[in-house]
Amino acid sequence: MLTQMESVQPAEGVFAATWLLILLPLVGAAVLLLGGRRLDRIAPVFGTVMPALSFGYAVVLFAAMVGRGADERAVSVPLWDWFAVGGYEVSVGLLLDQLSMAFVLLITGVGSVIHLYSIGYMAEDDRQGRFFGYLNLFVAAMLLLVLADDFLILYVGWEGVGLASYLLIGFWQHKNSAAVAAKKAFVANRVGDAGMSLAIMSMFVVFGTTAFAGVFPAAAEASEGWLIAIGLFLLLGACGKSAQFPLQSWLLDAMEGPTPVSALIHAATMVTAGVYLIVRAAEIYNLAPAARTAVVIVGTITLLMGAIIGTAKDDIKKALAGSTMSQIGYMMLAAGLGPAGYAFAIFHLLTHGFFKANLFLGAGSVMHGMNDEVDMRRYGALRTVMPVTFITFAAGYLAIIGVPPFAGFFSKDRIIEAAFGEHFMYGLAALIGAGITAFYMTRVMLMTFAGRKRWADDAHPHESPPVMTIPLWILGGLSVVGGLGLLYLGGGIVDWLEPVTGEEHHELAIPAAALTAIIIAVVAAGIAIAWLIFGRQPVPTTAPAGSFVTVAARKDLYGDAINEAVLMRPGQYLTRSLVYVENKGLDGAVGGTAAAFGGLSARMRRIQTGFVRSYALSMLAGAAVVVVAMLLVRLP
Amino acid sequence: MSPTAYLVLASLLFAIGGVGVLVRRNALIAFMSIELMLNACNLAFVTFARMHGNIDGQIIAFFVMVIAAAEVVVGLAIIVTIFRTRRSASVDDESLLKL
Repeated sequence: MLTQMESVQPAEGVFAATWLLILLPLVGAAVLLLGGRRLDRIAPVFGTVMPALSFGYAVVLFAAMVGRGADERAVSVPLWDWFAVGGYEVSVGLLLDQLSMAFVLLITGVGSVIHLYSIGYMAEDDRQGRFFGYLNLFVAAMLLLVLADDFLILYVGWEGVGLASYLLIGFWQHKNSAAVAAKKAFVANRVGDAGMSLAIMSMFVVFGTTAFAGVFPAAAEASEGWLIAIGLFLLLGACGKSAQFPLQSWLLDAMEGPTPVSALIHAATMVTAGVYLIVRAAEIYNLAPAARTAVVIVGTITLLMGAIIGTAKDDIKKALAGSTMSQIGYMMLAAGLGPAGYAFAIFHLLTHGFFKANLFLGAGSVMHGMNDEVDMRRYGALRTVMPVTFITFAAGYLAIIGVPPFAGFFSKDRIIEAAFGEHFMYGLAALIGAGITAFYMTRVMLMTFAGRKRWADDAHPHESPPVMTIPLWILGGLSVVGGLGLLYLGGGIVDWLEPVTGEEHHELAIPAAALTAIIIAVVAAGIAIAWLIFGRQPVPTTAPAGSFVTVAARKDLYGDAINEAVLMRPGQYLTRSLVYVENKGLDGAVGGTAAAFGGLSARMRRIQTGFVRSYALSMLAGAAVVVVAMLLVRLP
Repeated sequence: MSPTAYLVLASLLFAIGGVGVLVRRNALIAFMSIELMLNACNLAFVTFARMHGNIDGQIIAFFVMVIAAAEVVVGLAIIVTIFRTRRSASVDDESLLKL
């Protein structure tokens, strides 16, 4: 079926230094974090140059890779032996194939642009060294994640991005909400990470190795039960990192972090690591259809949940976060479809990386001009005062709802098509999701840029400085042409990824063009409904009570409440009762034993009167006892 | 002459010494009683040496005397020191080490 590990070439020429991709941002992180406050002044520029250099090198590598034949593009770069225990050896190495390359370009490219934007956005902050250090750390860890050639090395990057995410969500840790959100993200990710470690351990049990080169070729001989188990464990890991149901609740709170962080980590790159993981483990999922079905179901549930949550949020970043959940749900859905969907999952991941980063940076630009106001009910009529933000945000908006020829149209259209090819219900859910996406994004657009002014009294909105608008132009441009470019330039993304993901096509009952027309009609309906509610009539500055659906969506569909009721409270009861058992039972037994011996020795102490003559008497008595005993023994 | 008489005498002396140690409070008297017990033992050793025609008992008696002399030196020194500091030779007063 797939032969992705068979055609890997040794690294030569320009590929020999692939590790530089990771090393550059890692050096940036080390310098900035160890250098301390002294470097605050040069930190923004230095911290931006490092990932930009990495991007430059990635472009060189990409050009070299394009120059090779499709079967010779994957390159392996062994680095050093990490450790060897008995027959088990872990060697650190990188695998740069078509899939990794796509991610490397996304991470370093979008990452550099967001670094550039951060120079303007964080200009007022007095801890810039730390901020850019963390961002560089994130880029390095994310690159390690996608370049690893061994699940164990991948896990190092996996934890690294989790750490960077935690540090950056809680960057403004003087705000209690930010500190709590960081902790929540960390805990939710731990649950997913437990799934990852279980998957890695299972691989070790079944295959005796965790290297891609060892696991994937051997997958065909493993029992299906084990493959399903590994697939489900990997899915749990992916759910944690990618905020998929049922571990989705942390992503909305993660918006407490600075907006560039939300754009880079919680929209464009880190949260898509779960999709990468599943596509990377394609050879396992191909052989375990049950695990794939689980992936599809998780993706479908999340894409609808995220979209519904997005419709009710008044906080612009949370509305976008719901949208991110939803879009990653689409990617998971596509990844679960197997070879028919892997390439489209990655395609949507890339276009989503462009337009969602664009939308978040646009939201950041709006917040920057509005004194960090996030409530969309206090926006309105910003298109005239922030023209650049408006135009670029509009490009991202048209891309995400899937208006042709913007980027999201091509990727989402392909996913819905593939979903219909698998099962009617999946396709229907994806189609409804597209309609809701159009609704909530139109709502965001209208509430922010159209209508009348609902600004707070002290708000003086202004356009952001060029250092922030240039990234908006770049990402806005990619939102416009990214989809077309990726799909059709030089054979396109599907052919590019084919050696890694395989290809498969389901025949549809109706022609693809008709389905596309239906999708566009549904999107148009979503826009129209949103316009009827939020465009035609004025938006109230305080949220109306809303129906029970709206209330549920405002509360993240009770995700937190369910977590609290099902996990947190029983957990607290459990710990409390364990503490009770510990205090009264175990401590009681231990303390009682100690008290018994204490009391006994207090009694025994009385024997030690301090009178020499009583000691003499006891000696005499003892001697008498010895003599009597000896006599008794000697008697025949 | 029967050795029994010597052994009875030794037993009596040992008993007198033992009772002396137990009932008298004065450290010097207790000390003398200990000497009495030691010498009762010596008498028993010598008697047994005579009975068995074996010289070991007599040698042990000499050892006991030497050890007793050394013990007297140390013991008297302790008693004198205690008497100097506490103005008392009663063994019941020296009970400071108990809790």
